[in-house]
Amino acid sequence: MPSSQLTQTQQELVSEFAMFSDWQDRYEHLIELGKDLPLIAPEHKTDDNLVRGCQSRVWLHAAPQNGNIHFTADSDAMITKGIVALLVRVYNDRTPQEIIGASTEFIDQIGLRAHLSPNRSNGLVAMLDQMKRYAVAFSSSTNAS
Amino acid sequence: MSTKAAPVTNAFSVEEIRAQFPILKELIHGKPLVYFDNAATSQKPRRVIKAESAYYATINANVHRGVHTLSTKATEAQEAAREIIRRHINAKHVHEVIFTSGTTASMNLAAFSLGQLLLKKGDEVLISGMEHHANIVPWQMACERHGAKLKVIPVTDSGEWDLKPQRRSDATDSATSFSAERTRILAISHVSNTLGTINPVKKLIAEAKKLGIITVVDGAQAIAHLDIDVQDLGCDLYAFSGHKAYGPTGTGVLYGREELLERMPPWQGGGEMIDTVTFEKTTYAKLPFKFEAGTPHIAGIIGLGEAIRWMEDYDKASMAAHEHILLEHATKELLTVDGLRIIGTAKNKVGVISFVIEGVHHYDLGTLLDQQGIAVRTGHHCTQPLMERFSVSGTTRASFACFNTVEEVEVMVGATRKAVKMLR
Repeated sequence: MPSSQLTQTQQELVSEFAMFSDWQDRYEHLIELGKDLPLIAPEHKTDDNLVRGCQSRVWLHAAPQNGNIHFTADSDAMITKGIVALLVRVYNDRTPQEIIGASTEFIDQIGLRAHLSPNRSNGLVAMLDQMKRYAVAFSSSTNAS
Repeated sequence: MSTKAAPVTNAFSVEEIRAQFPILKELIHGKPLVYFDNAATSQKPRRVIKAESAYYATINANVHRGVHTLSTKATEAQEAAREIIRRHINAKHVHEVIFTSGTTASMNLAAFSLGQLLLKKGDEVLISGMEHHANIVPWQMACERHGAKLKVIPVTDSGEWDLKPQRRSDATDSATSFSAERTRILAISHVSNTLGTINPVKKLIAEAKKLGIITVVDGAQAIAHLDIDVQDLGCDLYAFSGHKAYGPTGTGVLYGREELLERMPPWQGGGEMIDTVTFEKTTYAKLPFKFEAGTPHIAGIIGLGEAIRWMEDYDKASMAAHEHILLEHATKELLTVDGLRIIGTAKNKVGVISFVIEGVHHYDLGTLLDQQGIAVRTGHHCTQPLMERFSVSGTTRASFACFNTVEEVEVMVGATRKAVKMLR
C-alpha cells in the first residue's frame, strides 16, 4: 500500500515520541502539542460538539472543506488536549475515505496504549469514533449529492 | 511549621498487614504500587483469596439443593458466612442478613420492595445531598412508579448534613425536612464516599422513628472503617458491599429488621426464593431466601465471611486509628501544595480526601499520578449532585485502607507537586 500523507504523519509522530525515554518527557511533549493546537472558534465550543465518554470535556468540530474534513478541537484538560491535538494532526484535512480506512496502531507505538483501554474515563476511543463518524457522515452526504 | 518526622503508628503493625496483600508487590509503570482507591474497592488479603479459591477447589456445589455431600458442605460454608456477618453487625437474627451482589443491588431491592409496600401518590422519600447515585436513582425510580417525591437534606460547605430545617417546628413546610404526614422513607449514607464525612445517622434515625418513618442506611463506605451495630443504630435496613471491606467483588448484604422484611414483597423472582410454584400462584420462601432468587455468589460469600473475620482479627478500631493518622498527615501535607483545596472538611471523617487544585484538571492529575505508580480516583465519584453543590466538575480522591503507609502519603504528595509543575 502506498504511504499516504496520513500514514506519514503517523510515522512522524511515532519518531517524535521515540526520542523520549521516560514518561515525564513523553507527557510533557503531549502537553506541548496540546498547547500548540490551533484555537477552536468559540461558536463551535457548544454542547453539541462535546465528545461523550470523556472524563474531561472535549469539543470536536468538523467541517467539509474541498472534499476533505477540517477538524478543530479543544479540551479543558491538558493531557486530553494533547491527545486530541495528536488526532487532529493525523486526521485533519484528509478525505473521509482516508479517515475511515486509517489504522490506529500509531497510538500504541507512541506509548499511549493505556489511553485506548475500554475504561470509561478515557476519551481517546470516543474521540476517534467521533472523527470516523463525521467521516462516514460526510462521505455519505457527498455520495448522495 | 512542617515537621519532617513522620508520625509513629505505634502498636499497629502495617508491615505485618501489608505482607498479607499479594497485590502490593505489583509494579505500576515500573514503580511500586501506591493504592489509594480503597473507597472504590479495597485490595484483598491472601486469606480471602484462599477462602474463595478453596471453595472452588474442594466444595463447589449449588447450595440448598442437593442431598449430596458437596452441596451440604457448600451450604454450610455459605450459612457460616451469614452467621459471621450477623455477629459482626450485631443483627438479632441470622435470617435478617440477605446476600446481594453489592450495595447497589441492596438499595434497588430496598427501594423496589419498600416502594411497593409503602409509597403512594404524594408521599415523600428523604435522602441527603451527599448520596452516591446508588442511593439516589433507585429511589427516584420508586418515586416515579408510585407518584411520590424525592426530598433532599442539604449539605453544608464543610460537607456535613445541614439538619437545621429538620429541627424547625414548622418543619413540614421546608422542602428538605421530615413531614409526619408525607415522609415514608429516610435513606442516608453512613459515610460519604466522596467527602469521607461520617454522618450522625443514629441521631437522624431516632428522629425519623418518632414519626414512624422507615430508615435505610447505605453503609458501603462505613463497613471497612467503623464498628457497625445495626440494633444500636436503630435502622430498619442497612446495606453494604463486600468488596469495599477486603472481600470479593460481586458480594453485598442487605440487613433488615425481621418484622419489616416479613412485610416487604420480594424483588426478583426465580429459584431459591419460592416455597411452592404452580401456574396459578406461587408462595414465597422464608427469610432470608425470599429475597435471594437464583444461585448466589457462593464463593464470594465465603470469601466475604473470611474478610470479616480477617478484619475482626486485626481489629477495626486499630485499623481506623491507623487510617486516621494517614488522613491527618495527608491533609496537612496536601494543603502545602499551591492552590490545593480540600472538598469535605467535616470534623468526623474516615480516611478519604477529595481535593481540587487551581488550574489543574483532575483527569490530568490522575493520569500523571498513575505514571508514578499511584492509584487515585478522579471524576465525580458517582455523586454528580454533590459535585454541583461544590461547583466543581470533579475531584481527585485519595482513600486509605489499613495497609497504606505514611511513606506512601509522602510519595503521593511529592508526585502531586511534580504533576502540578508539569501542568502549569
